[in-house]
Amino acid sequence: MKLVTAIIKPFKLDDVRQALHEVGVAGVTVTEVKGFGRQKGHTELYRGAEYKVDFLPKLKLEIAIRGDLAEQVVEAIQKAAVTGKIGDGKIFVSSLEEVTRIRTGETGPEAI
Amino acid sequence: MFKKINGRYVAMMAGLLGMLPSLALADELSAGDTAWMLTATALVLFMTIPGLSLFYAGMVRSKNVLSVLMQCFAITALMTVLWVIYGYNLAFGDGGGMNAFWGGFGNLFLAGMGVDSMTGTIPESVFMTFQMTFAIITPALIVGAFAERMKFSALLLFMGVWLTIVYAPICHWVWGGGWLGDHGVLDFAGGTVVHINAGVAGLVAALVLGKRKGFGTAAMPPHNLTLSVIGASLLWVGWFGFNAGSELAADGTAGMAMAVTQVAAAAAALAWMFAEWKVHGKPSVLGIISGAVAGLIAITPASGSVGPMGALAIGAAAGMGCYWAATSLKRALGYDDSLDVFGVHAVGGIIGAMLTGVFSAVSLGGSGLAHDTIPEQLIAQGMGVGVTIFYTAVVSFIILKAIDALIGLRVDEDSETEGLDVSQHDERGYILN
Repeated sequence: MKLVTAIIKPFKLDDVRQALHEVGVAGVTVTEVKGFGRQKGHTELYRGAEYKVDFLPKLKLEIAIRGDLAEQVVEAIQKAAVTGKIGDGKIFVSSLEEVTRIRTGETGPEAI
Repeated sequence: MFKKINGRYVAMMAGLLGMLPSLALADELSAGDTAWMLTATALVLFMTIPGLSLFYAGMVRSKNVLSVLMQCFAITALMTVLWVIYGYNLAFGDGGGMNAFWGGFGNLFLAGMGVDSMTGTIPESVFMTFQMTFAIITPALIVGAFAERMKFSALLLFMGVWLTIVYAPICHWVWGGGWLGDHGVLDFAGGTVVHINAGVAGLVAALVLGKRKGFGTAAMPPHNLTLSVIGASLLWVGWFGFNAGSELAADGTAGMAMAVTQVAAAAAALAWMFAEWKVHGKPSVLGIISGAVAGLIAITPASGSVGPMGALAIGAAAGMGCYWAATSLKRALGYDDSLDVFGVHAVGGIIGAMLTGVFSAVSLGGSGLAHDTIPEQLIAQGMGVGVTIFYTAVVSFIILKAIDALIGLRVDEDSETEGLDVSQHDERGYILN
């Protein structure tokens, strides 16, 4: 099993959700996050007082999937989330040791 | 009372001395005047709650949003009660031998004011309430200078004392038959009494309380400019009551006051916006609304005596002047006037008070000066401004120092970090989940 963690631009969420649905992903957890990468922040100015905003708002998606789906899922997210401009985000794939469905107590790939 | 002052100019120009106040001549109730003044009074109250409250609330950090709303609301209630007990009489009563300086304590609890009491052509109850709304907004303006750090108990004490020994006397000097009005200082709706007075008191308070923790290093951007835009818009609309209402009648002067108020606010909004656009490359929302408020302040003393051209000039001057004061001057001097009460109200008030002495001239489209020439009028205006600045600065300083010694002005450092909403009121403005 794999855990795919994707950082994307907030306005791309619907496109990514649609793409994930098409490759058969059954569930996604979305969190509003802030961070910085190569994309520079911006400055804000209020009555002459300048503030540098370094951390930009992004969305973090966490998707647990069967190991064999990883390549397809990463490709789907990449294609759906890309704008070609700096700041499009990243996709991380890591191994997932165990999954438990709380309602039934099922474990392993059945629980995803 | 403003009519009385206007009447004085006429008398002075005619070379008459000791004329009777016009309110003694006209005590027939005018339904038109009364209807307008009832409306104007409601408009001016609307400037404080919710206008000014929202304007300020949006500019503080989210942990202090309730504190400024609470301060404005509590000031509204406290000033109302004090005004009824003795404030109105101090400002507008007959001080007898001391009448040049104060109105005395003759009619406490509005003694003698009944349904038949008249002030000019309107019931005295309406005049008293109209003036009450001015006594509410003036202290409330000061809130912006020490926002995010003053103890609530100290604020109430300060405001109560300040109304009594700063606002009421100055109000009496200019409008209540006191000595500044007698010197032909033109202040139609309160450039000195309200705006310079509050602005200078604000600067003194910001200096006495000291800077907010982290000022200059931590980011303190406005938490919700949407609220500020709503607040500024309400101020703009309410200001028609403030300026056109100061005529105390529904007549041509009130109509012109309304027109020049609109013109000056618009000119100043554009002036600030374009100045900032030119200097920083972007026109800002906080900039355009601050500009509009600056224009409204500057036209306040002038609104009874200038024409539309004068209003354009006064608005443009205030927009640029206050932009400079709230950005460059503030940074150069390093004081932490949280929401720019000095930079906008005092500076806008001074620009307006001085230019009133210019653009009221008939040759410049105004309806006439109280003195014979512009330079003479400018001397009178300068005296009004100077006296107000001096008196309010000194007395406000003494009040603040006394309260600091008595109960302390500032919240402790932990409370300031936590925010005044929780530390002073046990509440939060935003509970989002």
